[in-house]
Amino acid sequence: MSTSGCTGCPMYSVEGLKKLGVDMREFDHVIALAGNPNTGKSTVFNALTGLRQHTGNWPGKTVTRAEGAFRFNGSRYKIVDLPGTYSLLATSTDEEVARNFILFGQPTVTVVVVDATRLERNLNLALQVLEITDRAVVCLNLMDEARRHGLTVDDRRLARDLGVPVVATAARQGDGITDLLKAIDEVASGEAVCRPRRVAIRDPKVRKALEELTAQVSAVHPGLPNARWVALRLLGGDPGIVSALQSGELGTIEEPQEVTA
Amino acid sequence: MSSEPRPIDADTVLATAERLRWEVGAGLDDALMEDIYSHAARIADRAVTRDGDTRRFDLDRAIDRVVTSRVWGFPIMLLLFAGVFWLTISGANGPSAALSALFLDWGLPQLHALASGVGAPWWLSGFLIDGVYLATAWVVSVMLPPMAIFFPLFTLLEDFGYLPRVAFNLDAAFRRAGAHGKQSLTMMMGFGCNAAGVVATRVIDSPRERMIAILTNNFALCNGRWPTQILIASIFVGAAVPPYLAGLVSAAAVVGVALLGVLLSFAVSWGLSRTVLRGEVSTFSLELPPYRPPRIFKTIYTSVIDRTLIVLWRAVVFAAPAGAVIWLISNVTIGDASLAAYAVRFLNPFGMLLGLNGIILLAYVVAIPANEIVIPTVLMLTALLGSLSGVGEGAGVMFQSDNLGDTYQVLRAGGWTLLTGVNVMLFSLIHNPCSTTLYTIYRETGSAKWTAAAAVIPLTMGFVVTFFVAQVWRLLA
Repeated sequence: MSTSGCTGCPMYSVEGLKKLGVDMREFDHVIALAGNPNTGKSTVFNALTGLRQHTGNWPGKTVTRAEGAFRFNGSRYKIVDLPGTYSLLATSTDEEVARNFILFGQPTVTVVVVDATRLERNLNLALQVLEITDRAVVCLNLMDEARRHGLTVDDRRLARDLGVPVVATAARQGDGITDLLKAIDEVASGEAVCRPRRVAIRDPKVRKALEELTAQVSAVHPGLPNARWVALRLLGGDPGIVSALQSGELGTIEEPQEVTA
Repeated sequence: MSSEPRPIDADTVLATAERLRWEVGAGLDDALMEDIYSHAARIADRAVTRDGDTRRFDLDRAIDRVVTSRVWGFPIMLLLFAGVFWLTISGANGPSAALSALFLDWGLPQLHALASGVGAPWWLSGFLIDGVYLATAWVVSVMLPPMAIFFPLFTLLEDFGYLPRVAFNLDAAFRRAGAHGKQSLTMMMGFGCNAAGVVATRVIDSPRERMIAILTNNFALCNGRWPTQILIASIFVGAAVPPYLAGLVSAAAVVGVALLGVLLSFAVSWGLSRTVLRGEVSTFSLELPPYRPPRIFKTIYTSVIDRTLIVLWRAVVFAAPAGAVIWLISNVTIGDASLAAYAVRFLNPFGMLLGLNGIILLAYVVAIPANEIVIPTVLMLTALLGSLSGVGEGAGVMFQSDNLGDTYQVLRAGGWTLLTGVNVMLFSLIHNPCSTTLYTIYRETGSAKWTAAAAVIPLTMGFVVTFFVAQVWRLLA
């Protein structure tokens, strides 16, 4: 017998979560929510913050980024809901907003919300995020829909292959939100160490070029956590990264120090 | 390493990158993306197992085959939207009358009694009660019921996953007009609010196509204008047919105006993409999400709280000062007539030429901050300045009408005909966007020139369309 009616209440499962709405004072960690369009990012966002960011069943609904806050396990989190994108190549404004935030906003943890029913295409984005940052949690959302479609997704296998925590959720029903919070908390506090899988460069010529350029990027911006990715983008001639290097914006990612002229 | 002993700065890095890029050769990015794609495929393949049952996929596909088919796609779309408007129009009358009875028939005399009880001077009670309160009460009773029905219905369609199918159906037409297919999505947003639609154009990558989407968003009838359409259609178009057809025919008239807006969107996009905004049409992929059973109560709750009340609040915020302005221009007199009378007299010849009148044009000037208050303003000015005897209140009192019949009588007495009604509906669709939308356009484009274009293009078109309709109508009548 349960001690009280509380155990039957959906709020009971999210013990330790305090939704703070738009009260974003003095946060300890910043969480970015990334993912393909229409995977339920805004639903996850609402479940965590208690806000009612408009959700709708169509891709491209969130064009600006929404921000909110929550407290969990003694830490205050600010969470940023990024526009849904299929890639982070920054060919459009929404992709640029998403990528720049993950790169320059320096979220403590990036949560990639993926659609369990369309895993392959969603992983394209997740892998691109993991190229930029290694502090990430994959939120395997829409598990209820996957079950209805007769799909079983092995979240532990997925976690091993991606090298970051994977949490199965059904955000519309509130399932798995507590597990997601625990995973975020572990990554943010450094308890869980992510070893994301990165693109392997097999061509020795490219590998050598990348090494040389990575060393130079690190020399200019010693604090940069993702010098290899920046070097890769420079090799590819990414105009956004080139201008970020020229303007010294890349320098804002490291610990504050003098900006290279 | 080829780096010299001199300190490395950003320029050195860029020079190195430039040199290495030549060595590595083009196609590096493609190779990296291919690697990511193949890896994603491998990981997904290992993690996902599917059992034999794929019935729901088939159900989705079956629905899609019908609602996006060449034959049935458009008729279904029209039927669905006509159904939504019919429910809105026929469902909103009763609650509107009840609200109006509460705020106007009961609340207004109470307030006046209270004001005279505390000995408030006539100008203060006039300004506050007959100006601010009446405008606000009018907007609430006219707008709240239709919005409280329309938004939940629209949100249910959205939640179900129907909107991307509409975009899919319209995509080919937009491409033929030289615009981006995603413009159909931003237009959908525009049906809610043009300012939101303009912000939504950020999903369009190419600046050229985005500008087309911004400039034409105004032709998506926003919810500030729905009540005008619904009201005028009910009392003028509905009155022209037998009563049992009135609801259907007025709904059809509203759908007709909305469709005309879509057609104008195409036409203007076509014109822009062949003149000042020439260029290639870019391709994109549109994902048709799975149909999801809408969560009815949650949808109703959030669409009432988030959409209806927010929009209503905005209307009230604009209506209250507008009511004050109307009361002032009707009560501040120079010589023998009020400011409003001068303005109406000045605008009247031009208005008549367009099949409208001076009062309507003045109402559109007063209503630049928010389209919602056009009809209340028209009614008030008509009751005040029209050759009405025994109808209406004192100067600057927004005319209160507790049912559609009264509204009809006032407008009839003010010289309105079916032509006036039709042209008001047309002009309400085709005129400059409200000031909020214009400000949003300025913020999004950063260009005063394009913002001006966004105002001048539809305004000119509105004048031209109403002018021609009026001339042809008068020739035939």
